[in-house]
Amino acid sequence: MSMRLMQFRETNVLDSIKFGVLSPQEIRKLARVTVVRGELYEADGTPVAGGLRDPHFGAIEPGERCPVCGNNREECPGHFGKIELARPVLIPHYTDFIYNILQATCRVCGRVRLPDQKIRYYMSIMERLRVRWPQLAKVFSKQITKEAAQETRCPHCGAQQYKITYIKPLFFYEKRPEGDVRLNPIEIRSRLELTGDDLILLGFDVKSGNRPEWMVATVLIVPPLAVRPSITLETGLRAEDDLTHALAEIARQNERVKQFIATNAPETMIEDAWMQLQYIVAAYIDNELPGAYRLTHRRKRNLKTLAQRLKGKEGRLRGNLSGKRVNFSARTVISPDPYISINEVGVPEEIAKTLTKAVRVTPWNLEEIRRYVRNGPYKWPGAVYVYIVDEKGRGRKIDLRFRKDWDKIAEQLKPGDIVERHLINGDIVLFNRQPSLHRMSMMGHIVRVMPGKTFRLNLLVCPPYNADFDGDEMNLHVPRLEEAEAEARGLLLVEKHILTPRYGGPIIGGRQDYVSGAYLMTVKTSYFSKEEVSRLLSISGYEGELPEPAILKPGPYWTGKQLFSLFLPNDFYFEGLSKINAGDLKCSGPECFHDSYIVVKHGRLLEGVLDKKAIAAEEPNNVLHMVALEYGNSEARKLLDSVYRSFIRSLELKGLTMSLADIDLPPEAKKLIAEKVEEYKKQVLGLIEKYRKGALEPIPGRTLEETLEKSIMDVLEKLRQEVQEIAANYLDPFNDVFIMARTGARGSEVNIAQMAAMLGQQAVRGKRIKRGFRKRALPHFKPDDPNPEAWGFVRNGFREGLRPTEMFFHAAAGREGLVDTAVKTSQSGYMQRRLINALQDLYVTYDGTVRDSWGNIVQFKYGEDGVDPMLTYHGKSVDVDRLIEKAKLEEAATRQ
Amino acid sequence: MASKRGLGKKVLEHELVPEHRLLTIEEAIDVLRRLGAQPWHLPRISVNDPVARVLGAKPGDIIEIKRRSHTGGEALYYRIVVAYQKGVK
Repeated sequence: MSMRLMQFRETNVLDSIKFGVLSPQEIRKLARVTVVRGELYEADGTPVAGGLRDPHFGAIEPGERCPVCGNNREECPGHFGKIELARPVLIPHYTDFIYNILQATCRVCGRVRLPDQKIRYYMSIMERLRVRWPQLAKVFSKQITKEAAQETRCPHCGAQQYKITYIKPLFFYEKRPEGDVRLNPIEIRSRLELTGDDLILLGFDVKSGNRPEWMVATVLIVPPLAVRPSITLETGLRAEDDLTHALAEIARQNERVKQFIATNAPETMIEDAWMQLQYIVAAYIDNELPGAYRLTHRRKRNLKTLAQRLKGKEGRLRGNLSGKRVNFSARTVISPDPYISINEVGVPEEIAKTLTKAVRVTPWNLEEIRRYVRNGPYKWPGAVYVYIVDEKGRGRKIDLRFRKDWDKIAEQLKPGDIVERHLINGDIVLFNRQPSLHRMSMMGHIVRVMPGKTFRLNLLVCPPYNADFDGDEMNLHVPRLEEAEAEARGLLLVEKHILTPRYGGPIIGGRQDYVSGAYLMTVKTSYFSKEEVSRLLSISGYEGELPEPAILKPGPYWTGKQLFSLFLPNDFYFEGLSKINAGDLKCSGPECFHDSYIVVKHGRLLEGVLDKKAIAAEEPNNVLHMVALEYGNSEARKLLDSVYRSFIRSLELKGLTMSLADIDLPPEAKKLIAEKVEEYKKQVLGLIEKYRKGALEPIPGRTLEETLEKSIMDVLEKLRQEVQEIAANYLDPFNDVFIMARTGARGSEVNIAQMAAMLGQQAVRGKRIKRGFRKRALPHFKPDDPNPEAWGFVRNGFREGLRPTEMFFHAAAGREGLVDTAVKTSQSGYMQRRLINALQDLYVTYDGTVRDSWGNIVQFKYGEDGVDPMLTYHGKSVDVDRLIEKAKLEEAATRQ
Repeated sequence: MASKRGLGKKVLEHELVPEHRLLTIEEAIDVLRRLGAQPWHLPRISVNDPVARVLGAKPGDIIEIKRRSHTGGEALYYRIVVAYQKGVK
């Protein structure tokens, strides 16, 4: 509601953010506690003063009052503390910067080791670069660092310089004539203190008051308790947060170092304890530093310290900022409903009663909304909350679940109030299925409340979501603001996504039964009686006169082509090949006796059957595509919501099923196949014989063994093809299995041949199955068996049944497919992530250039041709042939 | 680099190298005005790039490239010459 919208109005707009290092002064100013003890609680259970559970870290218990700000747990923001380190330590992720400075500056005077003149020159370049080419400034400073590090004598004070080496993760050595000397953090810090404005050249922003020595910590900031809450287990024991454990470790070690110093312990002991402190602090910041210690929870689990909180998929950035959990959303199993519009989604009543939409009461909807309020929160369509708004615009929230006087509240409603009502038919929602790989993964659907517990969606929208109904779940989101709703209706509605922006073809459309149904309806042999026509047309929602029947005797019969034509735009033109236009049914022009060339003129299907190439999803330049392109998305949606229903209905009328008989081969075919198998097996044995004699000619670039393998594979592949041809020739091309394969509804001739006749050679990684035992794949065979059956050749088909060894080889080859899909999804998912991160804020400007958010030009013309594929004929912006044909038809029509 | 290896102008004649042309000041200003862009918005090319060396380009110059494109036939690209670039010494 617009009242809510005000909350989103920009009041203070950030124009920049600057990150830097927190200075010790800043830390001391922030800190309300100095941690001096590693223990958390006294024996009586009260928190230790000066420990990590000191009450000055802020109030977190219910009823607790903060000793610092006087607020209770809700109001207290939490307060920082500090640990004053006995000796300074390096902070792990800053060591690279420290290394740069140590290399490039003088060890005595702290200046960058370059002559004054050069410094001035570089500085002037640097200043200009930093404004316009920040990326180049970085590279430039790297260059300067390298150049300065070359200098062996300081040009300013003349001091001799030594080479610095950095050994990961935390050690710096100086190569002096007397040998390698380790630089301890105190020395490093004092060197960093010497440096001045020269550091700008090395890429440091010292002008705004930042100092490099802050990268060596002298005091550590301790986060408030709210950042590291402790949990009370049901046993009454307290479990502290990992950060508290890490900090306690630091505090204990720090006290130990302090004590050693105070008691004048030998320097080596102090050094050791100091080193230990250094490692613990490093682990507190990042517990996965290579080459450093790990802080552990009783030697078992590594502690999750600061870096671990931010890093990775479940870290703060990816887990909580990029991916948030949201309200006003629902998730459940999906199931199909071919009789709702593709724009709709079936929502279970239970969900419709849980999700609400805020509506402002107006004089025009007052009565309608009163009805919702009277229904209360449990009866659909009802309302859950009412906001009574007074003259000053302040709202009072009423929760109808805790009231019984719904009628009274309904009477008191007045324009200006806001009511959170149930979802009702006609609301728009966002519907989404993961993985959300493209924009069609989240589309706007119109709500249709239904009985049951699942979301219902039209089968035709399965392809864009890549959904099926074997247990898939989908998410639903309710837009809350008018702006969001308008955007959903205007841009996200399913019908606006019939064409994909990837290649311009339709991504919404029929599959499987729709395809075979369309074929059965429009095939030449199909005629429909008046009753059948009524069924087909009524399910499509056709209103109008029946056309003249195509056949009058023995009674009125209509063709499927006639019925389909009723739904096409009157001047629609289309010409194209069918999927069945292959093999014996091939023809290349309108003069096609196999009915495999589609011709639609003046909105009438004159010739050709409809199958995959005409009506299916992801088939560019098909009938649906042309309708969507030339008559608009809404017209295409009407087609999908009408005739497509008659496709599945005609499938129900005609019937399509599969039986063993469909893949039964006659004895003569089996004999023929057996002969072929014998013939080719002999060829294989011949090849092996030739190889043993050494008469085999190797293929260039391959060894003799590889050549043999390849030739055997080729021979067996040829055999499979020949068997496939025999099987196809002896099977009835009009049996149901064949219809499915030919129309592209499901399966292929290969699948049929594998069922009816022979599986053929099984392969793992493109090779015959050679793994397993020494000199044989399975113990059922003799070593070095020359027969192809020993190496994964499956002679039988599914109809006959596989032998145990064949079954094993088939399983081995099948497993490879499963592994491939598993590997492929994870790899392509990561690739997708990286691509999206790289490209997400590129956009096409009004002048046609592609730019990023800084205005940098990426392409001078979008796609180098400035074409939006969604508005093209599969990539071509103009289809000249089509234009000519259309013009001819138009002229013929006017001449009449 | 190019001249050191004695490649000279041959770089431009290689079949994989599209046609490069150094724009005059007037042309460069015109290109920028047409694109409504500042020089730093253009894609960059290092002065040390073999082609830039052969053309004798200096930082700030704009090079016009005629690329062959799968979709658009011939596409014009513009790159601005810069002194330093990532990964190039």
